[in-house]
Amino acid sequence: MGVEVLVLILIVFMFIGSLIATESGDLLSSVIAIGAVGFGLSIIDLLLRAPDLAITQVVVEVIALVLLIRLVLTRREESTDTPRDALRIGVVLLAAGVLLVAIFLAVGGVETGAGMPTFGEPVLAGSRTENGVPPGVAMDYLERSTEETGARNAVMGVLLDYRAYDTLGEATVIFVSILGAYALLRKVGRRKEVSQ
Amino acid sequence: MMKKTGMTLIVKNVAKLVTAFIAVFGIYIALTGHLAPGGGFAGGVILAAAAVLMVLAFGSGASRKLVKESQCHTWDAAGALGFLAIALCGYIGGSFFLNFLAPGDAGTLVSGGWIPLSNLAILVKVGAGLAGVFLALSAFRLSRSEE
Repeated sequence: MGVEVLVLILIVFMFIGSLIATESGDLLSSVIAIGAVGFGLSIIDLLLRAPDLAITQVVVEVIALVLLIRLVLTRREESTDTPRDALRIGVVLLAAGVLLVAIFLAVGGVETGAGMPTFGEPVLAGSRTENGVPPGVAMDYLERSTEETGARNAVMGVLLDYRAYDTLGEATVIFVSILGAYALLRKVGRRKEVSQ
Repeated sequence: MMKKTGMTLIVKNVAKLVTAFIAVFGIYIALTGHLAPGGGFAGGVILAAAAVLMVLAFGSGASRKLVKESQCHTWDAAGALGFLAIALCGYIGGSFFLNFLAPGDAGTLVSGGWIPLSNLAILVKVGAGLAGVFLALSAFRLSRSEE
């Protein structure tokens, strides 16, 4: 129960952080607010006992923050004014989201297989059919991954053995996005374009 | 101007001391990914953080001698191809991504079949890729400010 309250507090903190990020006219404070949101997310990962995710989130957040702050500091004078109606759009989106969640919770239900499972008990974790929800694979992974893959960290067993194809796609996505960054930042083509 | 870039002497000396430890920690996180939380992606980002620290402390001109962007491209592609090669090696055992090496004793460094090798490939890929992007970004800024 304590974890739920902490997670809720952190979600509110992240929500305020993202509102500040969209609303503040200064690019630097937006970037720092985004960083605070990211670190809040990593603490939520830790609270929900996902240390792998938390480590990755913290590390990526630090790198992204350094990159963004450096970029903002070098070209701060070019920062444009954010549109003032961002808050209005945000409030409308928030209201729509709350409405959707309310409808979802009211109409759906675990019994019909469409609602939210109880907190901390994901659908995949069920070991037998309960309330019409078929048993998931999570318990099988936890029981068998160590002897089948030899990896004591079950997360790695899933990521790089059972679901390695997903990881290959993920690596491809990173590779292509880095290629895109190089293509945007390359100097040779840009100089040619300028000289023409 | 190029030679004087970077931060103060204190930052440079601390960066010299700390960078190697950060890099070793990144490799450790990746190599023990099958034993403890971590993995190739987190390790690669930490490894790139070491390169970012060098670039920030010494300026992109001076650190370019240590980490070249073309090397980053090469290692990035090598890591991606290595991971793909591991995936294709599964065909030796029968199917794509089949982990046909012996699982070994769970809990020791050499266990999990292909998993540590995959982590190593992802470490190289992510580390070199992110470091290369950061180098490209700092070079982009330099070329723009020179114009």
